[in-house]
Amino acid sequence: MDKNNKPLAASRLALYAVLVFLALLFLMPVYVMAVNSLKPLDEIRNGNLLALPQLWTSEPWTTAWSTAQIGVQPTGLKPYFINSFLIVVPAVVLSALIGALNGYILTQFKFRGSNALFAAMLFSVFIPYQVVLIPMAKTLGFLGLAGTISGLVFVNVVYGIGFTTLFFRNYYAAFPQELVRSARMDGAGFFGVLFRILLPSSGPMIVVTVIWQFTNIWNEFLFGASFSDYSSFPLTVALNNLVNSSTGVKEYNVHFAGAFIAAIPTLVVYMVSGKYFVRGLMAGSVKG
Amino acid sequence: MASLDLINIHKSFGATHVLHDISIGLTDGEFLVLVGPSGCGKSTLMNIIAGLEEPSGGLVRLAGKDITQAGPADRNISMVFQSYALYPNMTVAKNIEFPLQMRKVDKAIRAERVKSVARLLQIEHLLERKPRQLSGGQRQRVAIGRALAREPQLYLFDEPLSNLDAQLRLDMRTEIKKLHQRLGATIVYVTHDQIEAMTLATRIAVMKGGVLQQLGTPHEVYNRPANMFVAGFMGSPRMNLAKAMLTGTGTGTGDALALDIQIGDRPRATIALPPQPAALRAYAGKEVIAGIRAEAICLAPAAGVPAGGQHCLVDARIEVIEPTGADTLVVLNLGGHEFTARLEPDLALKPGQDARFMVDLSKLVCFDPATEQLIA
Amino acid sequence: MRAGVLPKLLLSPSVLLLLVCVYGYIMFTVYLSFTSSTLMPVYDWAGPASYHRLFGLENWSVSLGNLVVFAGLYIGIAIVLGLGFAILIDQRIRAEGLFRSVFLYPMALSFIVTGTAWKWLLDPGVGLENTLHHLGWESFSFNWIKDSDMAIYCVVIAAVWQTTGFVMALFLAGLRGVDAEVVNAARVDGARTWQIYLKVIIPQLGPVFLSAFVILAHMAIKSYDLVIALTNGGPGRSTWLPSVFMYQYTFTRNEMAVGAASAVLMLLAIGVVVLPYLFSEYRKVKRG
Repeated sequence: MDKNNKPLAASRLALYAVLVFLALLFLMPVYVMAVNSLKPLDEIRNGNLLALPQLWTSEPWTTAWSTAQIGVQPTGLKPYFINSFLIVVPAVVLSALIGALNGYILTQFKFRGSNALFAAMLFSVFIPYQVVLIPMAKTLGFLGLAGTISGLVFVNVVYGIGFTTLFFRNYYAAFPQELVRSARMDGAGFFGVLFRILLPSSGPMIVVTVIWQFTNIWNEFLFGASFSDYSSFPLTVALNNLVNSSTGVKEYNVHFAGAFIAAIPTLVVYMVSGKYFVRGLMAGSVKG
Repeated sequence: MASLDLINIHKSFGATHVLHDISIGLTDGEFLVLVGPSGCGKSTLMNIIAGLEEPSGGLVRLAGKDITQAGPADRNISMVFQSYALYPNMTVAKNIEFPLQMRKVDKAIRAERVKSVARLLQIEHLLERKPRQLSGGQRQRVAIGRALAREPQLYLFDEPLSNLDAQLRLDMRTEIKKLHQRLGATIVYVTHDQIEAMTLATRIAVMKGGVLQQLGTPHEVYNRPANMFVAGFMGSPRMNLAKAMLTGTGTGTGDALALDIQIGDRPRATIALPPQPAALRAYAGKEVIAGIRAEAICLAPAAGVPAGGQHCLVDARIEVIEPTGADTLVVLNLGGHEFTARLEPDLALKPGQDARFMVDLSKLVCFDPATEQLIA
Repeated sequence: MRAGVLPKLLLSPSVLLLLVCVYGYIMFTVYLSFTSSTLMPVYDWAGPASYHRLFGLENWSVSLGNLVVFAGLYIGIAIVLGLGFAILIDQRIRAEGLFRSVFLYPMALSFIVTGTAWKWLLDPGVGLENTLHHLGWESFSFNWIKDSDMAIYCVVIAAVWQTTGFVMALFLAGLRGVDAEVVNAARVDGARTWQIYLKVIIPQLGPVFLSAFVILAHMAIKSYDLVIALTNGGPGRSTWLPSVFMYQYTFTRNEMAVGAASAVLMLLAIGVVVLPYLFSEYRKVKRG
């Protein structure tokens, strides 16, 4: 609103003041997590959450990482951090590749039922996963994948295909058709068009898809809690076990350090990816 | 209605100067058209008058009152936008009513004003529709209606006809002219179409590159353009502009001034001129740019040249014939230079033919080749 | 281009996965809900017995009531705040990108991380209440998270914090899509800034309100991770939601049929919210 504003009119100052206040409010939980993960436990109990540590200590972090009791053994979060990576990387790669292929096929080829198929895929993105838990548990057991990392990769790929197909399909639907047509006339076949024309121009969408899938699968909990065992927990499940174990003293500082450890990868991705993250959010919320 | 004064208006966006020292005074009831090519600054000037932008320097006065610092809501001005800018979620009636609501006009008066405006613009049957259900011409009327409802001191029209198709544009042009006559309103109108400017304006301000090129009546701008840009911009087809050598001295009776036109090795064309004012005589022996409009050239009549010395005969070769239905545009080659002449329709001429033409020299204007200004 | 064998072949794995792991599993779960399964699935036909049982369970009534309260508050507050933040940021402020990043970053976090952070923030012993006591305000009391009646509001707070940034992003895109000339027309017509927002801009944001509602509603129905991390359903069962109910009855209480029934109802709820929206969007696209 370009009104006749002098630079520091009272209303502008108030606007900035409100925004800064809200921003601080939003940052507060992370600040609290960070600050209290570096305090010894008695400082937390006897002090206030907003205060900086009087005695700085990195012990909560080392405890959370390597010695905390999660489930049966005191191994800290490290093995589960690794589990999450072992799950996320293949799942992201597979679901992105399949999504790109599906998006390509759905936009470039006509066949009966392609619209219905897309609609079915679109709806699958919205379903509550509770409704597939029981049969999936049975299937994983049947396939011998119950409680394994591969099982979780499989599950995350299956339920990620809907999203990735949606992203790529929308992206390719807006792609200039003349380029594809002229490539066909030059003799490019099925894979030619895909690898030489579409994929090279898909950079932004690949980034968006990878970021979205990475964030979603890293943060995923329900499948992790339902289909893993003590050796294959992802990080979210391990963190929850750490925090919710009802025995003994509540080590808040270790919990905060653990939460931070779980949050760092996706936060880093968020900060680095900026507008691609937002594009993913919007694309994930936009209809067909 | 009121007078509008723009005094030394400057506008810069950062390092880019968009308007340079624009001064225009409008009296009550005038219809001023700002015309020029895209990027000439006319829309920026319009926004400054409306209060949507602040000038970097200069004053805006409405009816004598300084409104330079006032916000758009506080100036008593209405504006019709190029895209009509109707409120999409309101009916036509509510659209027209909106400015009255904002001014806290009494409800009964609002309803009555909406009705009378709708009657004037013949949109009464559209009052309950939404903008997306209207055609372009209907939307335009609603936009005008919204501007009329407030009965402001000044109306601003920002290229209101640009989005209409050709026939509708002509019809609406006439409507706007009738509105002006009926209301006696003070209007500032922006367009890039010089025909709109000519037909609607009481005065025209021709702009280029943020600089006011000429401010004058349509007649002045058409017949006595202040510089070569105005000469070439106004009028269709464009004014013929040709480099010519001004020979003779024009002082004594025996030594008349003449224009010599010659390009390359084509035969030279010499046009003897009647007595000219001192300003032009000062250019004797030098090059000038001669300008003559297409309608000043016609076929030499059988009865010969009319008395008075204002006409002369020239022989020229016809290069192209363009019949428009209403007349025939003929491209002539005179001294190697191409001239466009507007002749009667249905002529039996052929390209390549040589013919004799008559030029009305009272319409001749000359420009300084270096400064491009009119020699007057 | 008409589809030959190759595209259809390459699409078929995804189609298979979709048909089996989404729709097939859904039908399996629906069937299960009409059986008398307890610990393991059995395939007898028991009619709507588990639904009868479900509706008679107090735990279900609590879950359902909580969902209504939670969803209503969550959606309402997130939309109001999201719109408010978007309007503030739309005022041509400097460092707009910075403020947007701050409001949006919680979306990058897992609900488990969010739940962990807020769990202790809202805890009377270490969190807000304790902190304010230390800062001098001795009589301040905030033990909602330990209060059966109030704990659900804590879930609302954490959920709103997480997703307001996303709603803000939706509205910001909507605000920026409003025709600037219409806003200029309103300024010339005499409207003040707040009147322009109220009468001209916000009415044009109808589609954004709808999108935001559908997405938030579907997230509310699916909410599980946040509740588990924040309150683990407690105190007692006062923060149970249908998702928690389903997990508990299926995997812990060995009443699989009842759990399946609850999952089916969750699916129906989501269908009611999402399907009309998808249909209307589809028709809009067809209309062109």
